[in-house]
Amino acid sequence: MRAKKAKSSRSGPAVTAVVVMRLYIADAAPNSIKAIANLEAICKEHLPGAFKLEIIDVLEFPLRALADGILVTPSLAKVSPSPAAKIIGNLSDRSNVLHALGIKV
Amino acid sequence: MAHPLPKIPTGISGFDELSHGGLPQHRTTLLKGGPGSGKTVFALQSLVNAVRKRQEPGIFVAFEESTSQLIANASSFDWGLPALAKNKLFFLDAKLSPEVVQSGEFDLSGMLAILKAKKEEIGAKWIVFDGIDVLLTLLQNPVAEMREIYRIRDWLAENDVSAAIITAKMDGDGSGIVNYGFLQFMVDCVIRFERRLEHGVALHRIEITKYRGSDFVAGEYPVSFGPSGLEVGAPEPAEIRQIASGERASAGFERLDTMLGGGLFRGSSTLITGVPGTSKTTLAGKFAEAACRRGERTLFVSFDESADRIARNLTSVGIQLKKHIKSGLLRMYSGRTESIGAEDHLLKLKALIREHHPRCMVIDPISAIAKTGGLAAARAVANRFIYLAKDEKITVMVTAINEGDEPENEATDLQISTIADTWIHLSYLIRSGERNRALTIIKSRGTWHSNQVRELVLSNAGPMLADVYTAGGEVLMGTLRWEKENEERAKTTHRRAEFDHKRGELQAAETDTQVRIKALQQDLARQRAELAMYSSDNQARIVSSSDREKELRRIRSADPAGRASGSSGNSGKRNQKGARDAR
Repeated sequence: MRAKKAKSSRSGPAVTAVVVMRLYIADAAPNSIKAIANLEAICKEHLPGAFKLEIIDVLEFPLRALADGILVTPSLAKVSPSPAAKIIGNLSDRSNVLHALGIKV
Repeated sequence: MAHPLPKIPTGISGFDELSHGGLPQHRTTLLKGGPGSGKTVFALQSLVNAVRKRQEPGIFVAFEESTSQLIANASSFDWGLPALAKNKLFFLDAKLSPEVVQSGEFDLSGMLAILKAKKEEIGAKWIVFDGIDVLLTLLQNPVAEMREIYRIRDWLAENDVSAAIITAKMDGDGSGIVNYGFLQFMVDCVIRFERRLEHGVALHRIEITKYRGSDFVAGEYPVSFGPSGLEVGAPEPAEIRQIASGERASAGFERLDTMLGGGLFRGSSTLITGVPGTSKTTLAGKFAEAACRRGERTLFVSFDESADRIARNLTSVGIQLKKHIKSGLLRMYSGRTESIGAEDHLLKLKALIREHHPRCMVIDPISAIAKTGGLAAARAVANRFIYLAKDEKITVMVTAINEGDEPENEATDLQISTIADTWIHLSYLIRSGERNRALTIIKSRGTWHSNQVRELVLSNAGPMLADVYTAGGEVLMGTLRWEKENEERAKTTHRRAEFDHKRGELQAAETDTQVRIKALQQDLARQRAELAMYSSDNQARIVSSSDREKELRRIRSADPAGRASGSSGNSGKRNQKGARDAR
């Protein structure tokens, strides 16, 4: 399991709660690589220091993905704060992602 | 073919015959068709059969329905699916919830990784991707869709499976959903499903449109759904291999049996035709009752009228079915004909036969199956039913309503008269202002049968055939028959009286003669006695006279030869003749 945990930033807006997310990928599949890049860019811009991201390789942990209700890759699951959300695809449509994550632009 | 393509049976009745063995082994089969055409049931049933018959676990990936919904829907079939779903079958819920947001392209590599893990865990041999189009359309990119299909194909090739089934919504020629045409080229076997309406009734059809490296039965075949799932109405084998029984079973009552030359052959089929009210049901009921009385399991199928009402109505003509229903010997089933296709009727009949194992069976009327949904289908079903009954060695009696009363029109819409072994026609004969029921045996294969039109009389003692009275070349019926019967009775009485009288006369004459004989005999005896007395007296006289002659000769010393001189009769006759000639 590859996991990246971002530290909370001192300079970000203090009111924002930490967003906990899981990104399910299929090793180095093109869409999975795109998804990681897209998500990192979104987080950097909109959630500086206010997110926790776990990246799970489904090829490595298929039964974990199954238990989490994951079907296609890449998939992004927002665990908290509620409401939970699920986004499929390589996250190239940024506005959809922001809306699903509850980030107001 | 040097190496016939290995196939794996689906266990679906009819389909394995059409495909000459089932689905291609280690290959992918595409089931295509519109919504509600039976693709999912077919796929699921194959999977269930693989587990139940060969202990091969399977995976079902449901893109269209949630798995709980799917299992609930399928639990109406007698597969025991909930139990199988616990360990032998794995259902992957691949239906995306509506809350899922899509952002950009995705692929199925994650899902296939999950399936691989699950497959290894349970040792699955079969895999079904049901409604794959639902997920793929989300890609909104034909190239991406094709890429994912190929991904699945490669995955199937790498992961040894007994058979894989992909179902997709497409209409007949695959053009409905534009992007899936290539699916058909990718797979080794394509089966087309169709649901269409005919006269307001849903008919299901199946057709194998492609089977790489194998022959198959081409053409469209009916599909029906019953308690055990889906069934394909495969064509009957060209050769009919039924054993003809020489044993006879009663057709219901003695006189009818006599007309049939001793009853119906076991395992034969009898068709009773007639316009409404000619007591077809009564005859069928009598047949069923007779079977029950012999202790044989019997099935009575009726349509659009409750079994209880039929049993009650038959009681009025002395046919008691209720006690046999109670004892379990007789099973009465009453079906509805509205909005159910002929194929479904057949399936229901099959299920009933499996449940009850009857030796005798009645369908009243079989023409009801043609009521809804196409005559051609009903004809095929009626034929198949008769053959089914023959295969099961069930003696069957079916009734059919026909319009009009002309023998030429007796051939019913269902055209079963040609395959039925015995054909009894009931009609009304109207004569002298009366309507009487007449029974004719039009044919009875392999046996002598009466060719006489007989009157069928119903009473509370049951149906019976009246005695035959013919007059002017016609069988008398009703009042005419009754009159004739009375006349016959009067004649008989008269004849008997005359006879008695004559016999009395003769007896008197005989007595008289005997008396006279006795008197004459007495006379005779007396005369004989007299004669005897006279003879002995005469003898004594002769003896005494000859003694006297001797005495005289001795005394006179005369020659005894002198006595013969007057005895030359011959010369005397000659003289007589000569005298006649001279005259």
